[in-house]
Amino acid sequence: MREKPILRVGTKLLIPFILLFALYVQFHGDFGPGGGFQAGVIFASGFILYALVFGIANARAALPAGLRRQIMALGVLLYAGVGVVGMLAGGNFLDYSVLSDTPTTGQHIGIFLVELGVGMNVFATMATIFFVFASRDPSAKEDG
Amino acid sequence: MIELLDIAVLSMMVVSAVAVLWLRNLFAVVMLSGAYSLLAATLYVLLDAVDVAFTEAAVGAGIATVLMLGTLTMVPHQEKETRRGSLGGLMVVAATGALLVYATLDMPEFGDPDAPIHRHVVPRYMQDSPTEVGLPNVVTSVLASYRGYDTLGETTVIFTAAIGVMALLGWGRRKKP
Repeated sequence: MREKPILRVGTKLLIPFILLFALYVQFHGDFGPGGGFQAGVIFASGFILYALVFGIANARAALPAGLRRQIMALGVLLYAGVGVVGMLAGGNFLDYSVLSDTPTTGQHIGIFLVELGVGMNVFATMATIFFVFASRDPSAKEDG
Repeated sequence: MIELLDIAVLSMMVVSAVAVLWLRNLFAVVMLSGAYSLLAATLYVLLDAVDVAFTEAAVGAGIATVLMLGTLTMVPHQEKETRRGSLGGLMVVAATGALLVYATLDMPEFGDPDAPIHRHVVPRYMQDSPTEVGLPNVVTSVLASYRGYDTLGETTVIFTAAIGVMALLGWGRRKKP
């Protein structure tokens, strides 16, 4: 893609805003539309755009396969872990009210962490599925 | 006015769906199915389901299109010529469609406050969510708190999908030819 400077510069300008918007959707999901799922997809699309313009190899260097898998598993673990912490604190599984002194604060903390887990899992999953698909491309022979 | 918008969006969806069936160029088909998803997202906005519209736009129009394009790099761009016009198939599809339309006649009117779906747990969520959970977005309270088990299940499904794709297409230590 050396020969397409407009595309490369435009992408570089766009990606920070895509990632920032994803974070906004993630952490503002309690107050407006959005949440972990949408945020994860948007965050992944930032990396997918990078991969489309700068090549799979560069994108894979920015986001190694091992890191993706760790984020993916950590997301599910974070979600389930919040449920287990609620149990240890004396509530039911996934009951966030016991996470803090006041039930609504506990709910806020619980929903925040749970949505973060969803976002991490969805982001890593979408990115992984794209990278694995893209590396089937005969023109890109790097490891998935 | 809103009905006019509904009709406009729905007829554009019909046109793009028919075009997907007719076109032989798979690149155009992928692009049109992305446009179809975007139109569906617009329709969800018109139905006041902003969260669903957001997901449809991001997943249906965004990621799915990119994945289809990824698949297109491995297959020919032109659909193989097949025998067109199977009358039996058309009749089965028409009959199924007619049955589905017939089934909608029994459904409560759109936005009817007495519809069964609005009388079960929804009043409880709408009334108690501000004091119990305290989030302004009730959709998030329902998804993450009241229906936390379901969302945990969905997250696990997504995780499983990634594991499945990696198991089928390679864990990253694919042998080089």
